[in-house]
Amino acid sequence: MDKTQNNRAWFLVLPVLILVAFSAVIPLMTVVNYSVQDTFGNNQFFWAGLDWFRDMLHSDRMWNALGRQAIFSAIILVIEVPLGILVALHMPRRGFWASFCLVVMALPLLIPFNVVGTIWQIFGRVDIGLLGHTLASLGIDYNYTSDPIDAWVTVIVMDVWHWTSLVALLAYAGLQSIPEAYYQAARIDQASRWAVFRYIELPKMQGVLLIAILLRFMDSFMIYTEPFVVTGGGPGNTTTFLSIDLVKMAIGQFDLGPAAAFSIMYFLVILLVSWVFYTVMTNLDRKDVTR
Amino acid sequence: MAWMAWTWPTGIFFMVIASLLVVFTVLAARYPETPRRGVLGIETTRGDRLFITLLGSAFINLAWLGLADAAQWWALVISVVYAAAVFRWV
Repeated sequence: MDKTQNNRAWFLVLPVLILVAFSAVIPLMTVVNYSVQDTFGNNQFFWAGLDWFRDMLHSDRMWNALGRQAIFSAIILVIEVPLGILVALHMPRRGFWASFCLVVMALPLLIPFNVVGTIWQIFGRVDIGLLGHTLASLGIDYNYTSDPIDAWVTVIVMDVWHWTSLVALLAYAGLQSIPEAYYQAARIDQASRWAVFRYIELPKMQGVLLIAILLRFMDSFMIYTEPFVVTGGGPGNTTTFLSIDLVKMAIGQFDLGPAAAFSIMYFLVILLVSWVFYTVMTNLDRKDVTR
Repeated sequence: MAWMAWTWPTGIFFMVIASLLVVFTVLAARYPETPRRGVLGIETTRGDRLFITLLGSAFINLAWLGLADAAQWWALVISVVYAAAVFRWV
């Protein structure tokens, strides 16, 4: 069948292209330019070639930050995705309580990142915070400012509190789209609760769950504000994730060249993972269409 | 444009990428193609293969820089071989 194509429609994309050029492409080009030069300010630059990339690739500091970041993102995904699904499965499907649950679940998502950080920074304090004080009165030695494990637990619990709702809401949307006939068929077959989840709900949620995993991976991989407000990257460097380290390097130390090389490698990792997710999602969509 | 700190090598780098994008856009318009399924098991068009080539080449160059002690040109040679393989089999 011949398909009529009107390429003039591409002009409609022009405003977005211009916007992206100014907000992303030009800054990215500038970062690439900075990554091969050295500067001491005053807009004077000196050619450095690939030295910053070589330095960064041999820098323990960057690999350690990348390691911490990868562990953090993995823990976040392992906790938030199953927990979000579990919450979604137990949310009422219709009526007043369905709307009530949706509003309650959406609340953490509406709070600005730095406010979330401040809430948890105070919440965890042993002297005035509800969590810190309660744990201390129970005899638990908890102090996120001096103990690395406590700092990690605090940052992870904070992220779980902030973002599990997103996974839950997406999973809930996936569940709502399943026609009642599937459940009726399962009841006729006397399928167990697990079988209904495994063979009906999970496959039907696949698309939205992939989006949830992609969003949570990207957000957690770029996390900055919340851990910065709570721990400032400490104690020591134990919660210094990639973006915190990058900001320290670029703005704290004014090492623009190494920071630019660092940013490009950081960008490439995110681009690679996003592409993998995008490819998996589009291929799943195609399979669904052809099914 | 001084604030962007342009250099000739980075200018040439971006011109090559921009030219590739233009060439592939023209090719897609003049000679439309059907996506094909290669060794990765995913459907790809010429544009997808270009993206896989460029992204893979970036990682090849970084890996060479981090692991090898020889001239960076060799990474470019490997990238060209990789590009040919991607366009042939992916």
